[in-house]
Amino acid sequence: MRRFLYVARGVAWRSIHNTVVNPAIIVPSIIFPLFFLVAFAGGLSRISNVPNFHYRPGYTSFQFTFVFLQSAAFGGVFTGFAVARDFQSGFARRLLLAAPQRTGIIAGYVVGALVRWLIVGTVVTIAGLIAGMRVEGSAIELAGLFGLGLGMNFTAGLWSIGIAMFLRTEQAGPLIQMPVFVALFLAPVYVPLSLLTGWVHAVSTVNPVTPVMEAGRGLLAGSPVKVALSFVLLAAAALVLAGFARRGLGAAERAG
Amino acid sequence: MAVARRSATGAFRQRALLFFPMLFPLILFAINGSAISRLTEIKGFPTSNYRAFLLAMPFIQGAMFVSINAGTSLARDVETGFLNRLALTPLRSEAMLVGQLGGALVLGCVQALVYLLVGLATGVGFASGVGGVAMLLVLSLSVSFAFACLGGLLALRLGSGEAVQGVFPLLFVTLFLSSATIPRNLIKAEWFRDVATYNPVSYLVEGMRSLVIEGWNAQALELAFGFSFALALITLALARPAMRSRLARA
Repeated sequence: MRRFLYVARGVAWRSIHNTVVNPAIIVPSIIFPLFFLVAFAGGLSRISNVPNFHYRPGYTSFQFTFVFLQSAAFGGVFTGFAVARDFQSGFARRLLLAAPQRTGIIAGYVVGALVRWLIVGTVVTIAGLIAGMRVEGSAIELAGLFGLGLGMNFTAGLWSIGIAMFLRTEQAGPLIQMPVFVALFLAPVYVPLSLLTGWVHAVSTVNPVTPVMEAGRGLLAGSPVKVALSFVLLAAAALVLAGFARRGLGAAERAG
Repeated sequence: MAVARRSATGAFRQRALLFFPMLFPLILFAINGSAISRLTEIKGFPTSNYRAFLLAMPFIQGAMFVSINAGTSLARDVETGFLNRLALTPLRSEAMLVGQLGGALVLGCVQALVYLLVGLATGVGFASGVGGVAMLLVLSLSVSFAFACLGGLLALRLGSGEAVQGVFPLLFVTLFLSSATIPRNLIKAEWFRDVATYNPVSYLVEGMRSLVIEGWNAQALELAFGFSFALALITLALARPAMRSRLARA
């Protein structure tokens, strides 16, 4: 356990250090959610005028939940890019040689993803408040929303670290981000699920991200829905993806 | 021509670069075309088919990807010294630059055809008829060339593929801060409507869209062609000295 923590701490410190000192790493993580917030909450706010759109705190709050969860997921995705870069540059191979307990490497990167998202999530929340987001949830409900963000960050991080370790090249970038991007956008991003029509409604109904998004919006509005289901789904996804990331590490070990 | 052929061959050899930029706008078109289609229920929306309204968006997005591809491949030639070797030949710098952008233009042409076919396959009709389809392809090529020139300028100024790719989010922002998803007169937030009005990308989108949902709107087309020519001319004018200084530095 001590060896695990030793490796995890070292990898996490390096990941956090790189994020903080290198603007090229942290700026895109911040720009993407901010620009989604501006574009969706500002440009598409007219959608709240469509019949049967009822979300009490308003469209900015409605979109904030999406952007908040998206920033959490992409905090994990960008960490996958960093892992791929470490393999391409040869650093990760040296890390594999030096680490006395290699699963600590995954844990270290996951902690790095979490800290990256804490920075981005703070900026996004401040931007949301400046943009006029109304918060009607209690402190406990907001803690629940934060917990959902943590879960999204954790699962997306494990997914992207796993893919990056399997492929070990920066060209894995599209494969890391596309499924996360598609899963997020196939949830009710612009309107509630009940207002979606056609194939997007059908897909959105079975998309596991949908209850997480609905739960987040419910918590922000002070009327929680599907919260337990969301946490169960996130925990199940994390369990499966932890195994996936471990297998990715195994593939990297075998590749030498 | 030889430089353009090399650039086009290079673009088609890298299938990942060909596939992903083409796929991404189509995914957004498919999702947004259904997910935001309720916008057509708002009073004053110019069409009842949201996909027809949205079709211009993948064309512009594709053109933006073309600019990054063009910039990245030119930056690679700068980094590897290929551009310097070219400078030893009797080629003029303008020919070198336009030739380098040839691959991007071919890519833009293929993308435009794919987006057009997808649009038609999803039930989008053209209010401007067959002539409008041809005009859309011409306008799309003009926009792709303009963005490719911008990519070329970025490559020559920045000299690194990574730096060129880093500019992509900013290009993407200009698309989302335009009238790509909603008509300007229906944008609720006043500041957003002002930004969209001053954003030239709005006019590129509106020119293309006019052919799909309105028919022949001379003003919209003039503005779209005008802005694309202006972007190409300005970026080429700025790229010329950048090219000279890049070659002189070597």
